[in-house]
Amino acid sequence: MNFDFSEEQNMLRDSVAKYVQDDYDWDTRKAIAATEAGMKPENWQTFAELGWLSVPFAEEFGGFGGGPVDVMVMMEELGKGLVLEPYFATVVLFGGLLQKGSNEALKESVIPSVIDGSCLGAFAYLERQSRFELHDVLTTATVEGDDRIINGEKVVVFNGASATHLIVSARSSGAQSDAAGLSLYLVPADAEGIETSTYRLMDGQVVANIRFNNVKVPASNAVCAEGEAAGLIQSVTEDAMLALGAEALGVMGQLNSKTVEYTKTREQFGVKISSFQALQHRMVETFMAYEQTKSLLYRAVCDFEADKPEKRESLLALKIMIDKAGKRIYSEAIQMHGGMGITDELDIGHYAKRLMMIGTTLGDAMHHMSEFTQLRYAS
Amino acid sequence: MDTRFSDEDLAFRDEVRAFFKEEYTEELQQRMKDKSTFKAAVVEWQKKLHAKGWIAPGWPVEYGGTGWTPTQKYIYDSERASAGVRDNVPFGLTMVGPVIYAFGNDEQKAQFLPRILASDDWWCQGYSEPGSGSDLASLKTKAERDGDDYIVNGAKIWTTYAQYADWIFCLVRTSNEGKKQEGISFLLIDMKTPGVKVNPIVSIDNHHSLNEVEFNNVRVPIKNRIGEENRGWHIAKALLAHERTGIAGVADCKRAVSEIKRLAATEVNGGKRLIDNPNFQSRLADIDIEIMALEYTELRVLASLSSGGAPGPESSMLKIKGTEMQQATQTLMMDLAAYYQGVLPTDLSEEVLGHSFGSQARQSFMYGRASTIYGGSNEVQKNIIAKAVLGL
Repeated sequence: MNFDFSEEQNMLRDSVAKYVQDDYDWDTRKAIAATEAGMKPENWQTFAELGWLSVPFAEEFGGFGGGPVDVMVMMEELGKGLVLEPYFATVVLFGGLLQKGSNEALKESVIPSVIDGSCLGAFAYLERQSRFELHDVLTTATVEGDDRIINGEKVVVFNGASATHLIVSARSSGAQSDAAGLSLYLVPADAEGIETSTYRLMDGQVVANIRFNNVKVPASNAVCAEGEAAGLIQSVTEDAMLALGAEALGVMGQLNSKTVEYTKTREQFGVKISSFQALQHRMVETFMAYEQTKSLLYRAVCDFEADKPEKRESLLALKIMIDKAGKRIYSEAIQMHGGMGITDELDIGHYAKRLMMIGTTLGDAMHHMSEFTQLRYAS
Repeated sequence: MDTRFSDEDLAFRDEVRAFFKEEYTEELQQRMKDKSTFKAAVVEWQKKLHAKGWIAPGWPVEYGGTGWTPTQKYIYDSERASAGVRDNVPFGLTMVGPVIYAFGNDEQKAQFLPRILASDDWWCQGYSEPGSGSDLASLKTKAERDGDDYIVNGAKIWTTYAQYADWIFCLVRTSNEGKKQEGISFLLIDMKTPGVKVNPIVSIDNHHSLNEVEFNNVRVPIKNRIGEENRGWHIAKALLAHERTGIAGVADCKRAVSEIKRLAATEVNGGKRLIDNPNFQSRLADIDIEIMALEYTELRVLASLSSGGAPGPESSMLKIKGTEMQQATQTLMMDLAAYYQGVLPTDLSEEVLGHSFGSQARQSFMYGRASTIYGGSNEVQKNIIAKAVLGL
């Protein structure tokens, strides 16, 4: 048993950490967040050149052939820098669906363009009524010869404004919340009949609501067997939850260390506020919350690497902990920064907002708790 | 021990309810939401309350108060919150007003109180400084005598609505002798005086309500000082206790709980309403029970005040629990909004966006983080209880 990283994984971590340190300081990040796209295309090219966009893809398509641990070390470092470029949306979600799907022709044509940075992707899965239920899909795909006609609406699509390509979940058959009958299609973002409304989220993401009005795609754009996408969606969103866990850990670590540092410099009543035991104990609590989250992340990643039967439980435990520990950590960070903590200028609030969005992405604690208790305690 | 309403109380409740329904119009609320019309709309509303005689329930009758019983005050505030009526801007009416009628001279009372009641002057509060937050007594803004004036230099921070204000009430240092609490004076400064500069601060909710206020050789008549020189700290302490009672916000918490109940019945996850989810129910119940208790804690304080007690250390408890509960309801509202909790203000219509309350939940939640920091941070309140109540 060991919790060590390979030499390659350490190099990958160092590469992202160095980039964040040298090229993604707070002012740079602020300037990128203020742009219309909320990301910088040149940075994306740099990510491609550094090989980051190839990490989870198979070597036959030009990928690095990495697994969950490789993605984890990257995401943690991206989290520390609150990096805005859409690694999660494009590589983890969109790329993950292609990689784990069964359409070999699509893999050959699209994955290389994800790796070289020319294709920006988004996974359009949420609908206004669906909340966290991935199978709750009203968008339809109807058969018209060798084509499929897509109608419906997706909301809060991450990277929906900048994406060149979308993968959309649509219902080929079945009732509103059935797992059976779901399909996934690759759709160029400029396809006829697509109507995009963009807006911003508090963590700096530019997202979109996307309407599909009789959008026609060839059946050969199906990412996996039509009507059988539920398993693929589950598998890729599980990878995505692991990736989010790693990003959250990076964010939490920053909030904790910045708070400890601040209390060592801020003076009130003639002393550093770090000397107050009441605050010390709370910082110990947030430190432990961070460590407990890290343990669940490692547990879940190891379970997925080893394909253990209880891997889903570990993953749900992680996602629940991210929400719970996250709330504690960002609340304390803001509180201990006092008035400065509630300014837009300071980075603390921005780390908090990213952590809040991670907490809700792909299901919050309330959502996952029901499944966790069912899996764990139902007889 | 009896908390039943009398027939008079019930009649009063009906009158309050009818007034809000009639006067707090949709049109007025819309203008309050727009930055460019906010101030005028708020003043217009407060003037309606003034005309009705309801603007200052906390003031003694001789200065323009309502003379309500604690029960009536409770009824008024409950009705106000459940009708969604915004609370009055506190800086004049609940902060400096009581200081002036308690510690000011006759000339000061005549000059300021009628204009506060009529909302003719907009006030802001100059306490915190960049280096003095929880340790308020360490403040450095100094006022030096020059003939009939003080010359004020320094800076105040986190000044809510300074951009709208006609006047600011400040704690300033008039002496460096003795204990730091002993050299502080309470000064009223006209915001139009040369040398006063307001610098906006954008807060974590992406809005501008906070400011830094700079004073560069600002000339303030000595007659604008409230109470004796170097006695400002004692005046401020009395005021802070007042501020803390107001901070509990029980009525608004109750309204938030009913909003949450309403929305949770419409949010559906996997075919099941959130209000029927046992995990959700237990979180809401935890909050609900704390608020049920807090409501009676506040009533007990109110009752003791009306029988002659002064707001003391127990007001710290109202502040701590009240702000904790506000944040708890705000957090649950965010969780209800799911992905939409992140939405920033947008030009998209609610119909296109597909959600009605996410952006508002975000703004309340984010600004709500300040409540456990301002008015004396909750850490300081706990120190007060430890020392003054538990004798530690």
